[in-house]
Amino acid sequence: EFRRFSLERSKPGKFEEFYGLLQHVHKIPNVDVLVGYTDIHGDLLPINNDDNYHKAVSTANPLLRIFIQRKEDADYSAFGTDTMTRKKNVLSNVLRPDNHKKKQHIVISMPQDFRPVSSIIDVDILPETHRRVRLYKYGTDKPLGFYIRDGSSVRVTPHGLEKVPGIFISRLVPGGLAQSTGLLAVNDEVLEVNGIEVSGKSLDQVTDMMIANSRNLIITVRPANQRNNVVRNSRTSGSSGQSTESSLPSSTPNIVANFLQGEEESDEEDIIIEDSGEPQQIPKAAPTSESLESLTQIELLHESRQNGFLPSSEMNLNHSAGSISMEYEVQDPDHKSLEEDGTIITL
Amino acid sequence: QTVEHGFPHQPSALGYSPFLHLMAIGTRSGAIKLYGAPGVEFMGLHEENNTVMQIHFIPDQCQLVTLLDDNSLHLWSLKQHSGASELREEHRFTLKGPPGSPPSATQVTAVLPHSSREVLYLGTESGNIFVVELPSFRVLEDRTITSEAVLHWVPEDYCNRRSCELVEALREHPKNPDQILIGYSRGLIVLWDLQNNKVTHHFLGSQQLENLYWQRDGSKFISCHYDGSYTQWPVSSDNRHPEPLENFVPYGPFPCKAISKIYWQTTKNGLPYIIFQGGMPRASYGDRHSISVVHGSQQTAFDFTSRVIDFFIIFSSEPTAEFDDPSAMVVLAEEELVVIDLKTAGWPAVHPPYLASLHCSAITCSHHVSNIPLKLWERIISAGSKQNIHYSNMPWPIDGGTNIAPDPPQRDLLLTGHEDGTVRFWDASGVCLHLLYKLSTVRVFLTDADPNDNMNTLGEDEWPPLRKVGTFDPYSDDPRLGIQKIYLCKYSGYLAVAGTAGQVLVMELNDEDAEHVVDHAEADLLQDQEGYRWKGHEKLKTRDGPVRFEAGFQPFVLVQCQPPAVVTSLALHSEWKLVAFGTSHGFGLFDHQQKRLVFVKCTLHPSDQLALEGPLSRVKSLKKSLRQSFRRIRRSRVSSRKRRGGSGNASEVQEANAKFDQDTLQEMELAPVQRKIEARSAEDSFTGFVRTLYFADTFLRDSSRHCPSLWAGTNGGTVYAFCLRVPPAERRMDEPVRAEQAKEIQLMHRAPVVGILVLDGRSNPLPEPLEVAHDLSKSPDMQGSHQLLVVSEEQFKVFTLPKVSSKLKLKLTALEGCRVRKVTVANFGSCKTDDYSENDLTVLTNLGDIQIISLPFLKLQIRYPCIRKEDVSGIASCVFTKYGQGFYLISPSEFERFSLSTKWLVEPRCIVDIPEVTSNNHVHNKSGMENAIRKS
Repeated sequence: EFRRFSLERSKPGKFEEFYGLLQHVHKIPNVDVLVGYTDIHGDLLPINNDDNYHKAVSTANPLLRIFIQRKEDADYSAFGTDTMTRKKNVLSNVLRPDNHKKKQHIVISMPQDFRPVSSIIDVDILPETHRRVRLYKYGTDKPLGFYIRDGSSVRVTPHGLEKVPGIFISRLVPGGLAQSTGLLAVNDEVLEVNGIEVSGKSLDQVTDMMIANSRNLIITVRPANQRNNVVRNSRTSGSSGQSTESSLPSSTPNIVANFLQGEEESDEEDIIIEDSGEPQQIPKAAPTSESLESLTQIELLHESRQNGFLPSSEMNLNHSAGSISMEYEVQDPDHKSLEEDGTIITL
Repeated sequence: QTVEHGFPHQPSALGYSPFLHLMAIGTRSGAIKLYGAPGVEFMGLHEENNTVMQIHFIPDQCQLVTLLDDNSLHLWSLKQHSGASELREEHRFTLKGPPGSPPSATQVTAVLPHSSREVLYLGTESGNIFVVELPSFRVLEDRTITSEAVLHWVPEDYCNRRSCELVEALREHPKNPDQILIGYSRGLIVLWDLQNNKVTHHFLGSQQLENLYWQRDGSKFISCHYDGSYTQWPVSSDNRHPEPLENFVPYGPFPCKAISKIYWQTTKNGLPYIIFQGGMPRASYGDRHSISVVHGSQQTAFDFTSRVIDFFIIFSSEPTAEFDDPSAMVVLAEEELVVIDLKTAGWPAVHPPYLASLHCSAITCSHHVSNIPLKLWERIISAGSKQNIHYSNMPWPIDGGTNIAPDPPQRDLLLTGHEDGTVRFWDASGVCLHLLYKLSTVRVFLTDADPNDNMNTLGEDEWPPLRKVGTFDPYSDDPRLGIQKIYLCKYSGYLAVAGTAGQVLVMELNDEDAEHVVDHAEADLLQDQEGYRWKGHEKLKTRDGPVRFEAGFQPFVLVQCQPPAVVTSLALHSEWKLVAFGTSHGFGLFDHQQKRLVFVKCTLHPSDQLALEGPLSRVKSLKKSLRQSFRRIRRSRVSSRKRRGGSGNASEVQEANAKFDQDTLQEMELAPVQRKIEARSAEDSFTGFVRTLYFADTFLRDSSRHCPSLWAGTNGGTVYAFCLRVPPAERRMDEPVRAEQAKEIQLMHRAPVVGILVLDGRSNPLPEPLEVAHDLSKSPDMQGSHQLLVVSEEQFKVFTLPKVSSKLKLKLTALEGCRVRKVTVANFGSCKTDDYSENDLTVLTNLGDIQIISLPFLKLQIRYPCIRKEDVSGIASCVFTKYGQGFYLISPSEFERFSLSTKWLVEPRCIVDIPEVTSNNHVHNKSGMENAIRKS
């Protein structure tokens, strides 16, 4: 809901009065809200006392954009001064939905509307020095874009330090998926590929494993730069896992390229063309081979729900009102270092 | 791994025991192989992997000594162990000089195992002869024959002129074991008395010495020289320093090459056989690898196509026999073994039962057919016997040992396709891989090769009297003739062969010679595509009119693909009379009954320029031009290198190469290899390359009616299925065969499809065509639902039929990082009971591992390391049999056989018994001298 009203710039009054005024114009007298405003840099800053209220009013030029969220589903991480690029996106998306309607763009807010390109997973079970990165490869538009090489690393063994052969990332292709995620870097040591340890395997073997898994590549690395490691605390537990589980429905379900599978069915399904007809995804065979076609339909639907799919985009709109829900919202705000690594969400 | 078939790669030494009738071959990689009667073979490997320089059997023993190029000596024994003989290394030894002496002082150049069996005489570069005790290899220092001691007995003026230099030959006196003949490289020859430690005779040769040979009675010996001459010397008690009886340059008067080895063999009729290696006129025939046999007025210079490593003569070894009476000459050339029958007029060659030169033209593909019906087997043998009439009927002369292996369980054929357009049929049933029949496809085509271009066409009066022997000829005139795919139906005798220039031939077995026209059709695989230009080789030109074919497989249909790219897959259905073929552009189906093309399908991706222009063929043509220039070099008859100098150069070159390799390796370590990680896409090159074709009678459209179908898999992970309508037999000639595309499956991981298989209702693979008709297989279950197995390089996937839904998969590459290179279904029987057997997938990966994967549940059963992963050509050459065995090339000329089955195992098992030792040792001692040729 949008409201427009005027204030006396020279006499803004107290924060409590202003808060009451907001509840009044929105007709939400008993709802606790968070109040924020956009400053001249476009940052979203909170209004919760007289001082920042006065500051906000004094910087209005001439319009002051106020943003109100219900307290229970507020996004605290949206506030801050240091993530300008990202927040500009957030703000413009939330505050100026009209622009996007003109561009025929889907409404931003639900994770289903984003296509994840990468994620850090299993933070809770991995040693802090390791990082498990999942790269999602859709279609052929963006190359995975990295190279690996042989090398040697030092391991601590019962006999002291030992030099052992290892596999390292040797180069990132500019503009490639790997580079754009910022989660992988040159000289990171590759420890596992999709859960399988690479130690003892040759460079060619690891290459083949990565290419075989290229549609859903999970690489566990020991980053060369250990300063950006995740610092573990209670809030991280399971959170990243949640984000990887989140899946999106495809706007056109018969295009397989937009289909995201669950953890166990992670690669894309093959396609069949029968009698020169339309290409179709090959379904999974039912345990018994009778009435395959009907079963296949049910199974698909079932699978979608399991994976948290929401079948229609209209539903998303209804759900999304008044809240910002983002892929990274579940991440601990302490992990600013991670956020600094660049855009990890693209539309 | 059970046995190695074929000819050892890079042989370097030969030995023979007339006592055991066993032959030994050493190689540059340190292997030593013993051969006797067919089926009797042993193999040993020196740990050092150094070149074997010399092999000497110990007289009257199951023992032999090898000299390696690191100057080490090794004693090997044949000992019986659990019922069979085994070859084992017993001792090793390296001669050491006093501290500070140069390495040449102890560099062994000649080895003489004494007939007493107790000592070895070791001639060295320094001219000293050391004596070591056997089997301990203890040096008996007090018995060393120094060159100073020898020179003491030689006239002063001769000594001044020339020092002794290295010991070139050591020969024991045939009648008196206390005397040995010592030949030094500068030409001095002395007879040394071991009892009294003195020279009894000295023979002052003026030419550089190459080798020595005693006449059987010990009254004369013969020496051969660097200038191409040989000299006879009398040995009698009256003259202690005789002049030569005769000095002769057989191919004079112009300068000749060295005679490096010579035999003087006596016969009952008085005329000796003089057999010598080399000696050709240096300028005009210096590049020939020849061995001349002279018997009275008969003289032939056998001309070998590769360097002669060594040779020996098989002659009467009976100690009581008065004459040598040679029966056969055995020649080890670099690329083949040639045996000449010296008893039959015309000296024909003997067909060896083993050591076949698989690579007489380079092998380009192989195909194995198990359990051949007796009828077909006999017809192939009969066709082959007509080709082998020029061989001698002599029984194989090397017949030591006894083969105690059980008879092979079935008749197996291995077919090898070669670069020169031939297909060779090998009996692969047992330990001896034996050539049955050779088929040439060349006659169908017009080639540049001049049929009169035969180096053997020399007139009667030609001098020297050269005669080409052997089959090794790696020079192919037209690489387009190369055979790429072979398919033989063992029930009908239909054979399909496909080659490098897109040619597909269908043949039938005919027991008689015949002259007929080969029907010719063209398959344009680019039908609906436009604007493409093929830049590869042209298609082969065909002969017009009838062509005469010899008995055997005779082509009756030729299909030529357009563009004429390499045929990459081939399938034949003998019951439906259809042949399917695929290239990098698409695939086609031909009805060889009606001789009509049924359909073609282009699989080419429009952006795939690389496949279109045929870069592979450009590589080929480069190879061709290289080959032609080699050929020119060969013909120009430039003087080849001297034996010793030549091999010396070769080893230097080798060393230099090794050093270069090491350097590049180190460089590579500095700048490590990178591998790009990128998903495959539909636009990659060669996605349309047809990798596999498969005929199946299955449920393609609906689950009530089954129909013939053709399946094709491509490099880009696409599977095409065509529904075929084959008219019933009575109307087979009247109605056309029809085909319609029914399904197209795109594997999203886009890895190349390397295998397609349909499993019947009982999950058994569908039988081969005509297998059921011949009561050799149960009919497939057509009641239950069929399943489709698609094997890509990365995954195994089972789909249901007719409605395609995915049922099971095994993601091999994602789990193990290996890729499927070869896959086949093998039937594994139990060795305990006859009534249990199962079908499994046998898979060779790019790491050289072999994995057994169960059907239909795709569970990995077991894995064996088999081929080194660096051995790319070995992995590429691997062929599996239907019963869990397989073959792969370990060198261009050798197949290694392996068995995964406990039931079907083909390996040598043999016994070598020591014949009773006669009390009259010294008469026997020729055996020791037999092999003493030194090569450096």
